[in-house]
Amino acid sequence: MPPPADFRSQIEAQRPYLLRFASLQLRDAAAAEDAVQEALLAALAGEAGFAGRANLRTWLTGILKHKIVDAIRRQAREPAMPREAEDGLEDFDALFERNGHWSELPAGWGDPDGALAQSQFFRALEMCLERLPQRTAKVFMMREHLGLETPEICKEFDITPTHCWVLLYRARMTLRECLQQTWFGK
Amino acid sequence: MMGIISCKESTRLVSQGLDRELAFGERVAVRLHLAICLGCRRAGSQMRFLRKAVRELAEVDLKTSL
Repeated sequence: MPPPADFRSQIEAQRPYLLRFASLQLRDAAAAEDAVQEALLAALAGEAGFAGRANLRTWLTGILKHKIVDAIRRQAREPAMPREAEDGLEDFDALFERNGHWSELPAGWGDPDGALAQSQFFRALEMCLERLPQRTAKVFMMREHLGLETPEICKEFDITPTHCWVLLYRARMTLRECLQQTWFGK
Repeated sequence: MMGIISCKESTRLVSQGLDRELAFGERVAVRLHLAICLGCRRAGSQMRFLRKAVRELAEVDLKTSL
């Protein structure tokens, strides 16, 4: 039996959001499109699974996350995935003195939550994310955007937990620096 | 157990604290360090803020681009 038209149109209405959600992680319009399409098909086939749940978007996002992880797995298998310089575990020599103290004390951001009301801020954040090395950005987004746990992320990239934590640490420190320069320090 | 740690070590552990449960000794070392280090307190709250901002990234842009 085909799903009723109103369920289908409710699901379709979520497509722009889902596309954006997938693109943030996959950074590839075609792959994001595919993942969303697969998720919507699965949702239509599994309408019963939604019955009684409060939030359609949350339910769809849950399905989409699985499709995104599938897509990441396919991308990781492609030989084109570059092993970048980031694979070295060297630290941030510029940020710290030899004795491990700050070279320059981080500036305070006041009450940064105010930035969350400004679309310009999110544009700045996206630009900073784009500047990260590809793999670092993927790992960081799997952790903070998809909300996956470290062991799951390690498995997809075939790296050790220690390596994973280094990449996450590096992403966070680099993003802080970038936002300091492009937003909070202005 | 860990003794006195540097800012580099402290930020590394604060970051890992967002990804795994720190051991008792690690938590104590970080707490002692943060008590006397403004730079690391700032870096820590900025890392937590990043998490919050990234979680809103998919929502917010849609609202504002309509």
